[in-house]
Amino acid sequence: MACTAGSKILENYRPAYDASVVRKLRECGAIIVGKTNLDEFGMGSTTEGSAYQVTANPWDLECVPGGSSGGSAAAVSARQCVVSLGSDTGGSVRQPASFCGVVGLKPTYGRVSRYGLVAYASSLDVIGCFGTTVADAGILLQAISGHDKLDATSSKRDVNDFTSQFISKDYFESQPLKGLRVGVLSETIGDGVDKEVVSSIRGAISHLEELGSTVTEVSLPSFSLGLPAYYVLASSESSSNLSRYDGVRYGNQIVSDELSSLYGGSRANGFGPEVKRRILMGTYALSAGYYDAYYKRAQQVRTVVQKSFKEALDVYDILISPAAPSAAYKIGEKKNDPLAMYAGDIMTVNVNLAGLPALVLPCGFVENGTSRLPVGFQMIGAAFDEEKLLRVGHIFEQTLQGCSFIPPIIADEFKC
Amino acid sequence: MALTLFRGIQARPLLPCSSAFIARKHVLFCSMQSTQADTTVKTKQQAPSNFTETARAKAVEKVLKDYEAIIGIETHVQLSTITKAFCSCAYSYGSQPNSCVCPVCMGLPGALPVLNSKVIEYAVMLGLALNCKLALSSKFDRKQYFYPDLPKGYQISQFDIPIAANGFIDLDLPLEFGGGHRRFGITRVHMEEDAGKLLHTGTGSYSQVDLNRAGVPLLEIVSEPDMRTGIEAAEYAAELQRVVRYLGVGNGNMQEGSLRCDVNVSIRPIGQLEFGTKVEIKNLNSFSAMSRAIDFEIARQAELYDKGQADEIVQETRLWEEGAQKTVTMRKKEGLADYRYFPEPDLPEVILTEEYVNGIRESLPELPEMKRRRYEEMGLSMQDILFLANDVNVAHFFDATIAKVPDVKLAANWIMGDIAAYLKNEKLSINEIKLTPEELSELIASIKNGTISGKIGKEILLELMEKGGTVKGLIEEKDLVQIVDPAEIEKIIDKVIANNPKQLEQYRGGKTKLQGFFAGQVMKESKGKANPGLVNKILVEKLNA
Repeated sequence: MACTAGSKILENYRPAYDASVVRKLRECGAIIVGKTNLDEFGMGSTTEGSAYQVTANPWDLECVPGGSSGGSAAAVSARQCVVSLGSDTGGSVRQPASFCGVVGLKPTYGRVSRYGLVAYASSLDVIGCFGTTVADAGILLQAISGHDKLDATSSKRDVNDFTSQFISKDYFESQPLKGLRVGVLSETIGDGVDKEVVSSIRGAISHLEELGSTVTEVSLPSFSLGLPAYYVLASSESSSNLSRYDGVRYGNQIVSDELSSLYGGSRANGFGPEVKRRILMGTYALSAGYYDAYYKRAQQVRTVVQKSFKEALDVYDILISPAAPSAAYKIGEKKNDPLAMYAGDIMTVNVNLAGLPALVLPCGFVENGTSRLPVGFQMIGAAFDEEKLLRVGHIFEQTLQGCSFIPPIIADEFKC
Repeated sequence: MALTLFRGIQARPLLPCSSAFIARKHVLFCSMQSTQADTTVKTKQQAPSNFTETARAKAVEKVLKDYEAIIGIETHVQLSTITKAFCSCAYSYGSQPNSCVCPVCMGLPGALPVLNSKVIEYAVMLGLALNCKLALSSKFDRKQYFYPDLPKGYQISQFDIPIAANGFIDLDLPLEFGGGHRRFGITRVHMEEDAGKLLHTGTGSYSQVDLNRAGVPLLEIVSEPDMRTGIEAAEYAAELQRVVRYLGVGNGNMQEGSLRCDVNVSIRPIGQLEFGTKVEIKNLNSFSAMSRAIDFEIARQAELYDKGQADEIVQETRLWEEGAQKTVTMRKKEGLADYRYFPEPDLPEVILTEEYVNGIRESLPELPEMKRRRYEEMGLSMQDILFLANDVNVAHFFDATIAKVPDVKLAANWIMGDIAAYLKNEKLSINEIKLTPEELSELIASIKNGTISGKIGKEILLELMEKGGTVKGLIEEKDLVQIVDPAEIEKIIDKVIANNPKQLEQYRGGKTKLQGFFAGQVMKESKGKANPGLVNKILVEKLNA
């Protein structure tokens, strides 16, 4: 299969090897059905940034599926496959999971090998899982987790059996989450967040309370710093990671008899506008004289964010927020407003900066004219404690009454 | 098949990369052996002609009365690890283009570097050998620029925290260059990866990329600007090569590019405090080229100063042209290049423990400087010391020879005399001959204890070098044991005297010079085995009887 990363510069590029996650899945007997669409090199939040096609949201074909891994989310949402993989650098698994009404799991940085993942921002990139249920996402994570000698940043920690702790609701005690300390990030349910999204989250919170957990609002003052820091760091790393697409060895190359115009022409022709924007931003941030003010400062912010999450997670078992400030929006709505699109990543980027695991579960709907669009909430856990997130999520989804997250256009085939 | 993998700069059809991926599994592991010890002393003799040599030396001597030259050197040493720095490809010089490559060193999408721990080990070894302070916590950084031989668009290197810094190197200048001990500062040693190579076609219409060398581990060693002459600079590089070879971390071969030196030269009028504008010289393929290029550059800059045109010395990179024996402008520096260094996110920090460093420190071999000082204490002359210590293999041979028979001077003489002459004639290195140090030591012992004569020793040595075998075996086989029994010698002498009555008469008649004739006849009769001392002693008695 071709590997384009949604970019024209890799049009028709056929990789020489399987990514470690794909190799592991094949070893487990998985059937690889196909590859899905995404924003070019993972840079975007709508999948409109693909150089090839626009992916539609199965819940409303006029809406975006989210992104960047929108194709993976839409494919699972439309039941075209059982599970799918995506990559999450700043929310690219969790936000489309929320938009498409599926489960999205972003593991701890280092839990899953990145070998073979086309790099966007190496210190933030994580391969994540989509499924229609927590159990499916957990089984997928189990298959791909663990140290890989081909990725020096993959962790050597043991991988627990994520699925062994799953309890069927038939065996639940009256309050299965008794003793669970839940912190709700107060910055994520205030101004700038869609009211209907907030009420869905509040619904999820009451549900968690009914299950026995104690819920407290917690403030992370560094929360708003995450977004600018993320865009500096991700752009900086991407400007470097994308240097290899120079048209010399593979990918699209323009005809030129001079080296610098070969580079310039191939890259001008091969990259889309959002990728160019981030390469320019990143190159600027790393340039002599600006490094300290941008890259270095952003790294300092990252340390602060990591510290504040660590402190909060010493007190709470899990932290809760929306997965995105709104539900899915119309195709084209934010296409020409990159800043508005960047702002939509506010809920997710901090988790990447902190390297923590997070699980997004569908928890409600917002009305969208004639249709309804799903909304997901995000549970953030301590590093390498995916197990707890999966356990809580599994209980949550089994006890969530009156919600079925099957898109109407396929509902007839999949009604249970 | 992998040869066709990379397109030239001109557009050519895209070919699948999978063939190269498979190809690497068939690459043979080759160990890189040090075959020659090119020292300044040796290469010096290859310089164009004695006339230009002398003229050059005189010109520089004159210049250095008025000006001081400031010379600093950046050296890249290729490490002879079995696999590359960040992937499991084996590399050997001269392989088919693009036959030692994999997704990692080709910079394919999604491939990630994983550090070869040998690189750290070798870096620590060299850092310690150069008396550096080690950074127990260092990291890798990306140095970013575009060039077709750089597949990722960045080089993995170390920027602000090198693994080793603030060291020095000690050396002894050869006597023909005035001799003397020198200590030159080492600013830093850092780890990085090599780039590939461009192969330019004859027509110049396009170039091809060979990525075999891409990802080969390098140590970059930056010196303090402590050198003042071309000779000092060349000797610094030669000593660095010796250290690399003594440690066994690389083959240090300049012709193959396993040891590459870039030199920075500036001059200033003696007494002036501020430095002059420095010029970088590249393309130095031997120590002698280095020395000549620097002297040329010093003279060139001095001439500009003399003419009042010092402002024409600009910060630039100049190329040494071996044919024309001069430096020419390669590129003028347009401000400082911005490599946009930032920490390599694909690699964890490099953390060294004290135990690890101490373990390496304890296992370091004897280094050239230590060896020279030890030889000095043995009473060897500086000329002998430099000859023996220059080449690690010669030094090992010498050390092994004197281990059993500690006659240092004799061992040195044999190695520097007959053995060196043979090596030179046959163009061999000392570990390519059949003679072992054990047998050389046996040979020396056999001569010392009188079993064989020195003359026979020389003959046996030749055979040992060519065909091998043991001293004892050869002596026995050829019946070469010296005749030391006076009775037996007496018998031979009696026979010779009896056979030459005329000469005896002449001798007794006063022609005593004929003693030599008789001695020769005795040696001939004994097939050279009679002990010459005894022969002479007994002969005199008999002749004068």
